[in-house]
Amino acid sequence: MLSREPIRKPQALNLEALFYWPAAMLLGLVVAYPILRTTVLSFTQMSLHTAFQPEFTGAQNYLRLAFDSRFHNSLTITAAFTIISVALEFALGLCLALTVGTFIRGRGIIRSFLLAPWTLPTAIIAVLWAWIFNDQYGVLNVLLLKMSVIHTPIAWLAEPGSAMASIIIADVWKTTPFVFLVLLAGIQSVPRDLYEAIEMDGGGAWAKFRYVTWPFLLPFVFISLTFRIIQSFAIFDLVYVMTGGGPGGATETVSVYSYQTYMRYLDIGYGSAQVVAVVIILAVTAYVLYQLLLKRYARLF
Amino acid sequence: MRVFSRAIIILFCVLAVAPIGWHFFSSLKSPSELTRIPPTLLPQDPTLDNYRELFTRRPFGGYYANSFVIAALSSLLCVGAASLAAYGLCRARASFRRIITSSLLIVAFFPPIVLLFPLYELVRAAGLVNHPWGLILPYSALNLPLSIWLLTSYFGQIPYELEEAAAMDGLSRLQTLVKIVLPLSAPALATTGMLAFIFAWNEFMFALTFMNLESAKTITVGVATLSGAFTYEIPWGLLAAGVIASSLPLILLVIVFQRRIVAGLTAGASK
Repeated sequence: MLSREPIRKPQALNLEALFYWPAAMLLGLVVAYPILRTTVLSFTQMSLHTAFQPEFTGAQNYLRLAFDSRFHNSLTITAAFTIISVALEFALGLCLALTVGTFIRGRGIIRSFLLAPWTLPTAIIAVLWAWIFNDQYGVLNVLLLKMSVIHTPIAWLAEPGSAMASIIIADVWKTTPFVFLVLLAGIQSVPRDLYEAIEMDGGGAWAKFRYVTWPFLLPFVFISLTFRIIQSFAIFDLVYVMTGGGPGGATETVSVYSYQTYMRYLDIGYGSAQVVAVVIILAVTAYVLYQLLLKRYARLF
Repeated sequence: MRVFSRAIIILFCVLAVAPIGWHFFSSLKSPSELTRIPPTLLPQDPTLDNYRELFTRRPFGGYYANSFVIAALSSLLCVGAASLAAYGLCRARASFRRIITSSLLIVAFFPPIVLLFPLYELVRAAGLVNHPWGLILPYSALNLPLSIWLLTSYFGQIPYELEEAAAMDGLSRLQTLVKIVLPLSAPALATTGMLAFIFAWNEFMFALTFMNLESAKTITVGVATLSGAFTYEIPWGLLAAGVIASSLPLILLVIVFQRRIVAGLTAGASK
């Protein structure tokens, strides 16, 4: 008798799924697991007291956040930094993009020049600007003294207000080129004949901007604005290297405070609650921006 | 009007490079000229002493090598994993692709400090503290969202007929990817790899936390901690030379590949 083996088709290895494995594993290990772990740890106490074993404490860390004036202070500082520097970057970037418009000649050189600040490491940019703002050897004081704008050297990084201004200037210097390039791409995506149509209807420069350029630019504005706000809100390198959060906590942003909570006070549970709170704030901000900018854009069509 | 717009552009270009230029000139000054008050603008007696000291008396060669190994390997790993995933996504159902790409966008928006402590635990558990792979793996993962994004949109433009022809010639999906799709996508692969390289070279927070031995530091952390923030005497000449030396590879990349970098950046923003 023939004992027949059941006919088995050679199982086609599901290659499609295999393609995703390397990326999925990396993202799972480096992004998904840490996000989950941080969320879990935010409900525990994990510090020197507990010998770094997480002990469940419910919402206690979040309660502590509600009464931590240093945390509130750092949130205010971060929000002020974000609003001022992003507003400046967009004002400058938009002006520049509208001026350059369809500039053709020398674009390569212009781009290399403008891209240079954006490519440098932020921590290096911090070193660079800290020196420029130095009271004794900084070039800023030299220039201002020469032009008789000031009469005695100013210790820019030693006063709360000017230290914040210095960090904002360094950040605007680094990121305006990025905003400019994204907005320029948006402007270049506008079909030329729409402008001609406005001209035929007797519209001026403002009408062109309001009814043609701006609607086309909105998705670009939304993406780069969201991206920049989230990046600024998480700012760490620039502050940590330039002022270390000083003088007297005047430039301590939330990321710097959380970093100190983690690495200096070794208060892991509380640090986790801080970063989770920041993520929630950012998610709400992104949602509001989406409603304000893109929903209206969708209605235009 | 043209004159006006040209003037604005020139002003912005000058503002963009002047601070770097000042550091370049300062790096060529002698210690005595650096501490002169008021400072000089151009070096009166140019010298390479600062660079010499960085590479002989300080472990700058080591920082450099660490940064190169970490940035190059993480960018290779990232582009490899991203091209596999992007190719899969490109030929997947549109609804599935949309879900994945939008969740990738959300991942890219997470502030890195959220990942810091659990990642540190993982790196320590794997015995990778002060080891290049302790940064290579995180960097390649953090660069994946943008890379997959860029490559998916590029692969999507490759005519499907080419792949059908390859299938008729008996090539498997993997062979099609390696022999047909990737060679056609060389420019996109280069752009993606370059952005990943720049990111890895520039990263600070993880490098500061995971690498604490002098021999394991990357150049970004090396220069930033060289700064006299914690010591009394500030080594100005070394700082200036460090700023220039650590930025040089990036500035060269920008000069040679600026068009590609801009294309990659703006594609990421507009897609």
